Amino acid sequence: MTEKKWPETWQEVNPGCMVFRPGSASEYHTGSWRAKRPIWDNAKCIKCGVCYIYCPEGCITEDKDGFFEANLDYCKGCGICAHECWPTAIVMVNEED
Amino acid sequence: MGKRIGMEIALAAAEAAALCRPDVIAAYPITPNTHIPEHLSDIVAEGRLDAEFICVESEHSAISACCGASGTGARTFTATSSQGLLYMQEVLPIVSAMRLPVIMAIGNRAISGPINIWNDHSDIMYQRDTGWVSLFAANGQETVDMVIQVFKIGEHRDVMLPVNINLDGFQLTHVVEPIIMPDQEEVDRFLPAYVPYAALHPDNIVSMGTLGMPEIYAEAQKSKNVALVNSKKVILEVWKEWEKQFGRKYEPIQSYRTEDADIALVTMGSMGETAEIAVDELRKQGVKAGLLKIKLWRPFPFDDLKKAVKGIRVLAVTDRAVSFGGPGGPVFSEIRSALYDVPKRPKIVNFIIGLGGRDIQVENFMDMVRRATKGKLSEPYEFYGVRG
Repeated sequence: MTEKKWPETWQEVNPGCMVFRPGSASEYHTGSWRAKRPIWDNAKCIKCGVCYIYCPEGCITEDKDGFFEANLDYCKGCGICAHECWPTAIVMVNEED
Repeated sequence: MGKRIGMEIALAAAEAAALCRPDVIAAYPITPNTHIPEHLSDIVAEGRLDAEFICVESEHSAISACCGASGTGARTFTATSSQGLLYMQEVLPIVSAMRLPVIMAIGNRAISGPINIWNDHSDIMYQRDTGWVSLFAANGQETVDMVIQVFKIGEHRDVMLPVNINLDGFQLTHVVEPIIMPDQEEVDRFLPAYVPYAALHPDNIVSMGTLGMPEIYAEAQKSKNVALVNSKKVILEVWKEWEKQFGRKYEPIQSYRTEDADIALVTMGSMGETAEIAVDELRKQGVKAGLLKIKLWRPFPFDDLKKAVKGIRVLAVTDRAVSFGGPGGPVFSEIRSALYDVPKRPKIVNFIIGLGGRDIQVENFMDMVRRATKGKLSEPYEFYGVRG
C-alpha cells in the first residue's frame, strides 16, 4: 500500500479515507483555533496537576521543576485548566495581547 | 449439487448466509426479519458454522458491531427491518464511507406511524442515499442467490462497499417456497475467502473512520460515489459468473413480455410475481402489456432502463413508499428523471400501492394497466385503492 500525502484530487483519496501513516493526527495543529492562551503564575501554583488531568487535549505537561505548561501547537484555549485551577494560578489572556 | 427444498424464505436466507462462512453476525430481532438472525444463531449454536454471533442490545449496536468487525477483516452479516433499519441509519453511511463490505438482509416493513408491522418499502427508501449497493429480490430463489452473490460483489477490490438485499416482509420472509439451495462445495467454489483491503491489527498500521476537513470532505464523497457507480460493472460480472455456475440469470432490470409491449408495469420486489400473472391475463385479452422488474436499485441502472423502455408508450410505475410532499414515489421520481433526456420516452404514471401490507392482487394490476393506458391519471400520482 503506497503512502499518500494530503490528497489533492478525489482520485487520490484512499478507499474509505484510510490513513496508513501512524500519528498523522499530530500534524494537525489545533492551536490555531485558540483565541486565548493559558498563562501560569508559578508563584501561586501548588503543583497539584489538576490542569494536567483536566486538559481535554492532553497538551499540558509537567516540567523538570514540577510546574506545568501547555503545548501551544495543540492548546485550543478552552480555559478548562484555568477554570479548574483552584489556587487561581492560571489565567487566560487574549492571543493578541 | 444443490438440492431443491421447500423452506421458509427467511430460514433459507439464513442458510444461504451461513454457506458464505461469515465470521461475525450481529443482529437484533425485529419483525419480520427475525427468523433470519434467529436461524443463524441456531446454526452457530449447532456448530454448523464457526462464527461469532453477537447478541447486541439494539440495531444501532448491530450495525456498529458489524462495522468494527468488518474493519478487522471479518466477513460480516446482519439483518433487520423497519424501525430497526432506521435506528441503524446513523451508521449506514459510515459503513459505506469506510468501504467495509458488511452484508445486510432487510425484511422490508412499513415505517411507523401509525404502527404497522406489515410490508412495504418505506424502510429502505429512507436509506436510499446512504451509499450502499441495494438489491431487491422478487422470490425465495432470488433471495438465496442474492445473499450469496452480494458477498462476492461487496468484497470485490473494485467495489468494497456494503450491500443490502431487500426481501418483502411476510410476503417473502414468512412464505415457504421451493428453493434450489446450493451446497457448501458450490458456494466455496463461487465465493473465495475474504481478503480485506486493510484490516485493523496491531501489526498493520491503519486508521479507519478518519476526520474529513472541508478541504477533503467533497473529494471523499465523490470518491465514494464513483465507487458505487462503478460497482455496477462488478455486479454484472458476478451475475454472469453466477449464471455460468448455477444457470440462473440476473439482470439489473428484468423484462417480462416487453418485446412488442405498448404499456409496461414497473415493480420492485415480490409484487413482480403477481404483476406477471396480470400481464399474462391482459395478453389473453389482447392488451399489449409487459413488465419491468427492477432488481438493482443502487447503483441505479440508467442504461438498462433506457434500453428496456424502447418502444413502450406508457410506463405504469408502482411505488411501495411515499415521498411526502414530493413529486411521487421514489421509484417513479427516479425513472422519470432517468428518462428526461430520452427524446422518445414513454408517458410515465405513478401508482403508490401496497402500503403497510395492503394486498394487491392480479385484478388490481390489470386495472392499473387499463387506467394508465391514457398516459395520464387524474392526479400526478395516485394512492391506489385508497378509500374516499
